[in-house]
Amino acid sequence: MPAVSKGDGMRGLAVFISDIRNCKSKEAEIKRINKELANIRSKFKGDKALDGYSKKKYVCKLLFIFLLGHDIDFGHMEAVNLLSSNKYTEKQIGYLFISVLVNSNSELIRLINNAIKNDLSSRNPTFMCLALHCIANVGSREMAEAFAGEIPRILVAGDTMDSVKQSAALCLLRLYKTSPDLVLMGEWTSRVVHLLNDQHMGVVTAAISLITCLSQKNPDEFKTCVSLAVSRLSRIVSSASTDLQDYTYYFVPAPWLSCKLLRLLQCYPPPEDGAVKGRLVECLETILNKAQEPPKSKKVQHSNAKNAILFEAISLIIHYDSEPNLLVRACNQLGQFLQHRETNLRYLALESMCTLASSEFSHEAVKTHIETVINALKTERDVSVRQRAADLLYAMCDRSNAKQIVAEMLSYLETADYSIREEMVLKVAILAEKYAVDYSWYVDTILNLIRIAGDYVSEEVWYRVIQIVINRDDVQGYAAKTVFEALQAPACHENMVKVGGYILGEFGNLIAGDPRSSPLVQFNLLHSKFHLCSVPTRALLLSAYIKFINLFPETKSTIQEVLRSDSQIRNSDVELQQRAVEYLKLSSIASTDVLATVLEEMPPFPERESSILAKLKKKKGPGAVSVNELEEGKREGGELNGGGERGGDNSAIATSNASTPSPSADLLGLRAGPPVTAAAPSAGSLLVDVFSEAGVNDDGFLSSAPPSVVSEDPAPPLPESNELLNKFVCKNNGVLFENQLLQIGIKSEYRQNLGRMYLFYGNKTSVQFVTFSTTVTCPGELQSQLNVQSKPVEPLIEGGAQVQQVINIECLTDFSDAPLLNIKFRYGGALQNLTLKLPVTINKFFQPTEMASHDFFQRWKQLSLPQQEAQKIFKANHAMDTEVLKAKLLGLGMALLENVDPNPENFVCAGVIQTKAQQVGSLLRLEPKRASSDVPINRAQQ
Amino acid sequence: MIKAILIFNNHGKPRMSKFYEHYTEDTEQQIIRETFHLVSKRDENVCNFLEGGLLIGGSENKLIYRHYATLYFVFCVDSSESELGILDLIQVFVETLDKCFENVCELDLIFHLDKVHNILAEMVMGGMVLETNMSEIITQVEAQGKMEKSETFVFQCPRQDR
Repeated sequence: MPAVSKGDGMRGLAVFISDIRNCKSKEAEIKRINKELANIRSKFKGDKALDGYSKKKYVCKLLFIFLLGHDIDFGHMEAVNLLSSNKYTEKQIGYLFISVLVNSNSELIRLINNAIKNDLSSRNPTFMCLALHCIANVGSREMAEAFAGEIPRILVAGDTMDSVKQSAALCLLRLYKTSPDLVLMGEWTSRVVHLLNDQHMGVVTAAISLITCLSQKNPDEFKTCVSLAVSRLSRIVSSASTDLQDYTYYFVPAPWLSCKLLRLLQCYPPPEDGAVKGRLVECLETILNKAQEPPKSKKVQHSNAKNAILFEAISLIIHYDSEPNLLVRACNQLGQFLQHRETNLRYLALESMCTLASSEFSHEAVKTHIETVINALKTERDVSVRQRAADLLYAMCDRSNAKQIVAEMLSYLETADYSIREEMVLKVAILAEKYAVDYSWYVDTILNLIRIAGDYVSEEVWYRVIQIVINRDDVQGYAAKTVFEALQAPACHENMVKVGGYILGEFGNLIAGDPRSSPLVQFNLLHSKFHLCSVPTRALLLSAYIKFINLFPETKSTIQEVLRSDSQIRNSDVELQQRAVEYLKLSSIASTDVLATVLEEMPPFPERESSILAKLKKKKGPGAVSVNELEEGKREGGELNGGGERGGDNSAIATSNASTPSPSADLLGLRAGPPVTAAAPSAGSLLVDVFSEAGVNDDGFLSSAPPSVVSEDPAPPLPESNELLNKFVCKNNGVLFENQLLQIGIKSEYRQNLGRMYLFYGNKTSVQFVTFSTTVTCPGELQSQLNVQSKPVEPLIEGGAQVQQVINIECLTDFSDAPLLNIKFRYGGALQNLTLKLPVTINKFFQPTEMASHDFFQRWKQLSLPQQEAQKIFKANHAMDTEVLKAKLLGLGMALLENVDPNPENFVCAGVIQTKAQQVGSLLRLEPKRASSDVPINRAQQ
Repeated sequence: MIKAILIFNNHGKPRMSKFYEHYTEDTEQQIIRETFHLVSKRDENVCNFLEGGLLIGGSENKLIYRHYATLYFVFCVDSSESELGILDLIQVFVETLDKCFENVCELDLIFHLDKVHNILAEMVMGGMVLETNMSEIITQVEAQGKMEKSETFVFQCPRQDR
């Protein structure tokens, strides 16, 4: 018997659907739908009370209309009414409507919550499941507030039916994902782990998703799940295909659950317990062995299920990265799949191998498949698979095969899909730079890149080639010769003109000896492209021309002629016109010596991590901060085409170039990932920072400071950075940041768990900042620990003016990261983009507490657990001045207790950290030892 | 996590959509169109996975789909799901529909949208998999059917609909 009977549906619904299907045109369909909506509306509004059946029918119609893409703005109330019906069918359709058509209308949510509450307490498992489903599907904050306490109880209660347990587990998971702060860990957590042992496989299936998510967030609390998961997995893997009856899918025992168990294990390092580890390795070996056995069925479902487990097992092996034997077996298995006739398997094998390539044990093994992968790149019909092949080539590239791989990727680029070209270009550029032994190869590669896919070559790529050419004098002559040749192509990409203009402007002299590339020939070649180019490129070319006048005095009259022409000196574009005027003037009034100084060759750029890499990270992961705009912004300002103001200041041309490459770029890599040094990493180190004048984390608050503040070389820390750290761990007011353009002052006050911060943005220039905007974000976990709200600022700051922004901070629970402040604005057309850390550290929420000596030591002794205490011994970098130390300790926010410690040399402090969730009492003891100048610090938390 | 489950036919007409993350109605329709556009232009024997469309999160998410006769079944999932596992799940879903409707066809989905939702709800809840065992799912659906029957019997209502 079919579970759903076809005949007894609702006739009115069927008729309506048929009508819609018979509509000949979109207009007719809309007409019919509007008629129906009007009908339903009048039925709902009518005074005759509708019976449950009619309500159900109309709600079904609305669902259908919604699916067709029409807005439904009524019927919600009727659906809510259905929830309180005693009839299962009516209740069910009510819940269905709500979970498909939720809107966060708070009025209704309250009513819905009421109905849910009734159903949860009804003890009718069917109704309970419906209610849990609804919570899981809507998952709004109001629902979490109402039910986050109730659901864990249902989940672990002894008398809960299996089906309800399943639903409760997933329901709780949903609430934990949407509002982690409302789901409090408690006694239930240990019992949840034991659901892995449940008799009912469905309960295990649902519970494992919950456990996986909880383990990711609180690995220590759920550590016990590892051994349970291993034993469950081992029971499944070693069972015969018939043991698990209905959970056997096409002769594979419980494939879904096996995959999930293997995923859960990937949240943890390899088990420490030898027996558990042995059992797990045995499982993994069994899974690998099974892959070699002949299939039990020819159906694709059988091999899918089997391979799903296999791929998860391989992921786990790669995750552990500690069993060379298993790694090599995994690699061989994937190698087999690379040539499999199933496209899905080839795709997944390429994907897994990508991660395998980064393991030192298997990198060589992966490399043996290079020919197959190149072949895949060339011959696969499916773009998804080709893309994976390109990713793998990138991952397996090293010095030994770079030339081959780069050549293959370049030739693929000619036919690559548009959607992946930009990424491919970045990858080629990175590989070419990373593995270049011979820089003429590098230059050739990048120029080829521009030739083949010029449109996809981003600024970073061509900036980079110029930096490298400028820094390496062995390649300059070759580069000049190559760009000169490349520019001779009748149609060449604008990016080529940019690179060509820049390089010939700097190093054209190196090829000028050859009459075929004499100065005038070079100039004419560049100028022949001028009229086809956009304004920024023309601006760059004008700068190249003035450089030519310096390099080749014989071109002076020709170039002055060009600059003097109406099309330049009266150009409607202000930037171009200004350059033409100024360069003309410069060339006619300055002496040769002055010219030579102003237009000197570019000094080398400081070495640093490639900005292209940062760009790729940004493309790939959302975690990466947008740092490139900062780069670009700077570059636009400092490139040869310096802003208008700079043009006016003659001597600025060469020097502004010198400051162009922002040394902060070496932070790029750091910032692309999560900030490495947190402002207050842990109990002890924060305190250490207060005292260590050497600035343990220089890049803390200054993580993105521009060149003027953070020096490339970390050896002698700038006075500002130390000052900043002192200021902002122990003080609340001061200058947070300053560069040539902008100054940011800060004033803050804290009371209990609340804080208010005033930021003052001062425009130091005489030009206005436009589209000024700031955003404050709490990265990662911090989101749930700190509540930060900022009022918007005026988008325009006049020259010399200052604007103020208020930020409200609420500390929800303890935290270690600092919120990020991102500032963006345009200054003379160039985008400025910088990110700073806001100096919000946990000690801001200290409330000083006075206590007597007796109390202090009694409490001190109570705090004896290792996690309640942090101790650090560190060298003082300065002479110890009692008054300075006192001031710092007070600035930290605790009460300085006099006459408490028997040793008058020691300092003791007490305070309570106020967070919304809890209050944490803290005691501190500082024992300066003058002889050794070591300062042991104790800090205990309660 | 499963972000969305979409069923549409060869012409892109939606037959069922279930989103486990909140989008506006407009965006949902656009996602369906975008997904159809991405999936329908693919050949028959290419692989069943591709990167998600921009609207649903781009390369963060994968589309995993199967094409059965006139219908596409598309699951949009994040990186925490096994691709082949989801492919199996689609198969379980379709086999379950087939059992429940006896040789399911597109028309069954059109005329019994609510039931399709109810069957799916027995398998996936809030974007996570609840049950993969087909007979367990069918038992639940049958139990619902019985309850429904007993209730329609109690209130025989007038059938002059529209």
